[in-house]
Amino acid sequence: MENLNSYLIVSAILFSIGTIGVLSRKNAIVIFMCIELMLNAVNLTFVALSRHLGNLDGQVFVFFVMTVAAAEAAVGLALMIAFYNNKESIDVEDVNLMKW
Amino acid sequence: MDMITIPAVNLTPIMPEIFLSVMAMALLLINVFVPSSKKSYLSYISFFVIVATGFITAAGWGGHIESFSGSVVQDNFATFFKLIFLTAAGLATLISDKYMEREGCNHGELYPLILFTVVGMMLMASGTDLMTIFLGLEVMSVSLYVLAGFDRAKSKSNEAGLKYFLLGAFSTGFLLYGMALTYGATGSTRISVIASKVSMMTAPSANTMLLAGMLLMITGFAFKVAAAPFHMWTPDVYEGAPTPMTAFMSAGPKAAGFAAALRILLVSFPSMQADWSQLLWILAVLTMTVGNITALRQDNIKRMLAYSSIAHAGYVLVGFAAGNPTGTAGILFYMLSYTFMNIGAFAIIILVGKKGESNGNVQDFAGFGFKHPLLAVAMTIFLFSLAGMPPTAGFIGKFYLFSGAIEKGYIWLAIIGVLNSAASVYYYLRVMVFMYMKDATEEFDWMQVTAPVALSLIISVVGSLLPGMIPSVILQYAQQAVKLI
Repeated sequence: MENLNSYLIVSAILFSIGTIGVLSRKNAIVIFMCIELMLNAVNLTFVALSRHLGNLDGQVFVFFVMTVAAAEAAVGLALMIAFYNNKESIDVEDVNLMKW
Repeated sequence: MDMITIPAVNLTPIMPEIFLSVMAMALLLINVFVPSSKKSYLSYISFFVIVATGFITAAGWGGHIESFSGSVVQDNFATFFKLIFLTAAGLATLISDKYMEREGCNHGELYPLILFTVVGMMLMASGTDLMTIFLGLEVMSVSLYVLAGFDRAKSKSNEAGLKYFLLGAFSTGFLLYGMALTYGATGSTRISVIASKVSMMTAPSANTMLLAGMLLMITGFAFKVAAAPFHMWTPDVYEGAPTPMTAFMSAGPKAAGFAAALRILLVSFPSMQADWSQLLWILAVLTMTVGNITALRQDNIKRMLAYSSIAHAGYVLVGFAAGNPTGTAGILFYMLSYTFMNIGAFAIIILVGKKGESNGNVQDFAGFGFKHPLLAVAMTIFLFSLAGMPPTAGFIGKFYLFSGAIEKGYIWLAIIGVLNSAASVYYYLRVMVFMYMKDATEEFDWMQVTAPVALSLIISVVGSLLPGMIPSVILQYAQQAVKLI
């Protein structure tokens, strides 16, 4: 695969978009979506590298990442619902009870 | 058509994990049939499960068995760390029961979740493949997010859970990206294969992909062990989480993060030690200093111990930066003693606290020393050990960590460490000043020292003192443990 670099660049860009989103967004669900974008950018890296290297380790890894992301989503959304029950908001600016 | 040959699978190395997982699932089932007033039974069962797992784990001492075609291993290093995790979980289980009842959230799921966390941590310590380590880390983290937000009726606990979740998942992204790039540069996720590939490279530090992969992985682990500048979540999560879970989180998962990072860096990247140990040097100094200086001005004792736990991660990073046998054996020794002294201190905080997590300030300890002399002595031992005074375990642990740094030639690092340790005495002593030198404003009559709490305090006191009195025994085990990696 000659154009490995383009895949890596695309996934690096996706990863950066995700990172910037996490740092700049206020809504917890949008932040979580940005984190998912980061994970999927990594998945793209894994698949591209796996194809390039000709071994399957990377693709197996992707399956694990997807499974873990699903588990994380379940737990994360549950936490957000618990938070919403108390605060009526999922804006991270309302995460403000504890400050140094 | 090619036949798929399934390699022989030896289950011995993951026996403790299997046992714990099965028992955790059984506990989840039992939980359904236990009336809510009797949830204490679950904590007793889970304590016995943890003790039994401890025996299963300890039985594997001395062996070296690889399994699942080299993606998990049973060696002394893993066994030592597994025993640390079990200690942390056992002590946390003992102190949870009364606290959860007081706060009105004694849900039975707590104990299986603790057990699942331990399973994740164990996989991190025994994983020899980036995949296993990643899975272990996630099993641990996902359970911990729930544990942090366990008291779901309370806003503070919700916030702790949400914050931990968002930042934890964020850092997982970095760790994963690091793993992906390392895989790209070496063509394998197996630590031993990565090691041989890296050692064959003429200039591994010049390989951008490998270097970036290693740095991203260090970032991910630095987050998990709460090293500065990736520590911002720690105080909030530790303050908001239910106190027994804070105690657990500050000891177990931190040790697990160090276990995985130690294995990856020492086994896979020994030829790049010059690069990573410089980075860890900086991280260690930052972590110690930030942790100690911010702890100085905390009034909430949970928050103070949160910053102190950041500082302790910094001391451990001193030994890590050294990366020699003395330093790494020091890490194992220190994490074990830290588990005892820190969870012990949290047990006392739980006793002094009132419903709704009130009474959690340093000032609330006024006169505690005269009302409850025995408990105050225990607290004094924990605080002395945290401050690193002889003859406690904390002193000997720091001694090994810093002497590892000196052996390596990092004289300044050791000096900064000692200075930091001296500064930390201020905030630990402040609690003692309130305990012994101020008049009591309260009667402390709400306190109930139940048998499990008393047991955990006794274990913690012994664990904070004994390694300091006879360090050679435990150090010998720690040295055997680091020999193999």
